[in-house]
Amino acid sequence: MFQLETAENPQTLRRIAIDPLTRIEGHGKVTLLLDDAGRIHQVRLHNVEFRGFEVFIEGRPFWEVPVTVQRLCGICPVSHHLAAVKAMDIIAGYGPLPPTAEKLRRLMHYGQVLQSHALNFFHLASPDLLLGFDSDLTRRNIVGLVQDFPEIAKQGVLLRKYGQEVIRHTSGKRIHGTGAIPGGMNKALTAAERDELRRDIDQMIEWTLAAVHMVAALHRTKPEFYNHFGEFDSSMMGLVDERGALDFYHGGLRALDKDGATIFDHVDYSTYESVLEEEAKSWSYMKFPHIRALGPEKGWYKVGPLARVQTCDFIPTPLADLERKKMVALGAGKPLMGTLFFHWARLIEALHAAEVIRDLLDDPDILGTDLMADQGERKGEAVGVIEAPRGTLFHHYRVDENDQVSFCNLIVSTTNNNQAMNEAIRSVARTYLDGRELTEGLLNHIEVAIRAYDPCLSCATHALGQMPLQVDLVDCEGKLVARNWHNMRPAE
Amino acid sequence: MNDYDRFVLDGRPVHFERGQSILEAALASGAYIPNLCHHPEFKPHGSCKLCTVKVNGRFGSACTIKAMPGQEVASDTPELNGIRRVLLQMLFVEGNHFCPGCERSGNCNLQALAYDLEMLTPHYQHFFPARELDASHPDVMLDFNRCIMCELCVRASRDFDGKNVFALAGRGTASHVVVNCPSGKLGDTDFALSDKAASVCPVGAILHKRVGFAVPIGERRYDLAPISAQVPTQQAEEA
Ligand code: SF4
Ligand code: FES
Ligand code: NI
Repeated sequence: MFQLETAENPQTLRRIAIDPLTRIEGHGKVTLLLDDAGRIHQVRLHNVEFRGFEVFIEGRPFWEVPVTVQRLCGICPVSHHLAAVKAMDIIAGYGPLPPTAEKLRRLMHYGQVLQSHALNFFHLASPDLLLGFDSDLTRRNIVGLVQDFPEIAKQGVLLRKYGQEVIRHTSGKRIHGTGAIPGGMNKALTAAERDELRRDIDQMIEWTLAAVHMVAALHRTKPEFYNHFGEFDSSMMGLVDERGALDFYHGGLRALDKDGATIFDHVDYSTYESVLEEEAKSWSYMKFPHIRALGPEKGWYKVGPLARVQTCDFIPTPLADLERKKMVALGAGKPLMGTLFFHWARLIEALHAAEVIRDLLDDPDILGTDLMADQGERKGEAVGVIEAPRGTLFHHYRVDENDQVSFCNLIVSTTNNNQAMNEAIRSVARTYLDGRELTEGLLNHIEVAIRAYDPCLSCATHALGQMPLQVDLVDCEGKLVARNWHNMRPAE
Repeated sequence: MNDYDRFVLDGRPVHFERGQSILEAALASGAYIPNLCHHPEFKPHGSCKLCTVKVNGRFGSACTIKAMPGQEVASDTPELNGIRRVLLQMLFVEGNHFCPGCERSGNCNLQALAYDLEMLTPHYQHFFPARELDASHPDVMLDFNRCIMCELCVRASRDFDGKNVFALAGRGTASHVVVNCPSGKLGDTDFALSDKAASVCPVGAILHKRVGFAVPIGERRYDLAPISAQVPTQQAEEA
């Protein structure tokens, strides 16, 4: 039984909901059950929207899926696009991609990681980090950030825009483009497009590096707090290449335990079901995946930036790897488990993404026009896996002899982090909320922990809708204690 | 040109050959009148009503009214374009047209017309009809979710391919295109990829398999120029 997951006598307890959560993607809520003394008995992160996306895909022709799955998410459509197309490459019988096609896909993907990480840090998380977790609620947002730190806010906007331009030049549109098709790419990069992207990339590297340094400096101001906020032990999973290096586009699955010991390594992701298992719980629409060998109680894990920079042996670009070493050194041989390290790791990854984009743009292959692989024998089933900005993303399909999808299973990044996010908020509740008068500022500590994971709850529930942007604080009788509006979700 | 072989379209004279419809004559002269169910090789059908014009003050379909000397034809007017927008909106809600996920996007006449006529929203409540995909044929897929009942496929298969693969079934709002064989499956007919009917659909309802999305955004037909500006190319291709 997980601590604080299920209270013993819920009917005797007071219920507080943070509903909906703000500055996250999608619509979720947290419920807390407290006794009269304010002791916490139960903490859960729920998803309140659900519309099955798998059903929407089943019956559709396979070549359409990489385009339509982008509807899963307005924030990370490229990740779904590429995970799906990697599966459909195999279904359609294509062999290895020509170097240009693979490099263009990588370029698109690293552009997506850069823009998504910039969005999370600069727009969603930095108001907490730079203005304070319990700073004035009406200013704890991008507007307050622009007032107090105009330069940083501007960099955030431009980094995101840059990532979107990379996506546009490779997929045809900033959002919901078509770029990757089974067997390759439909669009070459022109020299003019390459030059335009090349012109600004050094600036992007400089800014992401400065952002890493800023978070490292923040950390030094209150190391105890940053080390232990939302801290809990967990396993970690991510893709690594054959050298053990971080790779967002392709690799084998590696999982390490809380001490950094290997649970499995270089697992061919097409056999993911041999190492992972999904479990449903009655109180959440999100499933709870776990490592088969360790079982549902002990087998849960983290994915995403903090997991990735610690599961890989190294990051294959120099600036990011140096920063990774500096961060990891704080653990003195043990993996870092504090939730706020996610931000540090995320920025290291943003830096890495920018470095990779530069290297790809400097590679003559990127202007090649050989965009399609050779076609061989069709397959009935395939898995595509990618490291999406928020973590490992699985797309698994079966396609019948008429070319229609007959089965579809998606394990999205946020679902992989489901148990970890619940553990994070329970850790925060224990440390900061237990036995206290609950103020908005204290409750925001819960949201800070969730935001560190950058969850995409619209992705996680495979929902197709938009989220409302309102925080209600409700007491046990259901009376509204406080309400606030945030208009934080950047328009797509 | 003399007065006996021309009419006036939106204030400009248009030459016609005897027997031509107003629409045919207009297109041949390079002037655009919106249309969806028209195809130069097939008998006019007059069902979509997108080509609605005013001839000497009276409404009519440009694809079915013969051109005649002395006609004063109004087409590109706010009133007529307003009517066309409503017709388009009804087409959009009557089927399941989700452009961002459709492989015909950028090459679709319905979408191109909606852009050209500045249809900004579907306005009406969506019907969300339940329509099945037919992927039983090895080379061609049918997605009647996007069918606009122009019957071009019916006409092409019957009048050109000599096969009669498609037919209209049902009445009124329930009418729909079906595959003309006992199982109702395209795979059970002698339909072929090379049939005229396989390449005549103006929307994304009859599709060649496994080639969707091969043309990048920016290079698709209506990325290059709006549909109303492509009359000469269209004429050349279809001739
Ligand atoms: S399938 Fe295409 S060509 Fe046939 S009636 Fe429908 S829209 Fe017209
Ligand atoms: S083109 Fe005239 S009614 Fe369709
Ligand atoms: Ni998402």
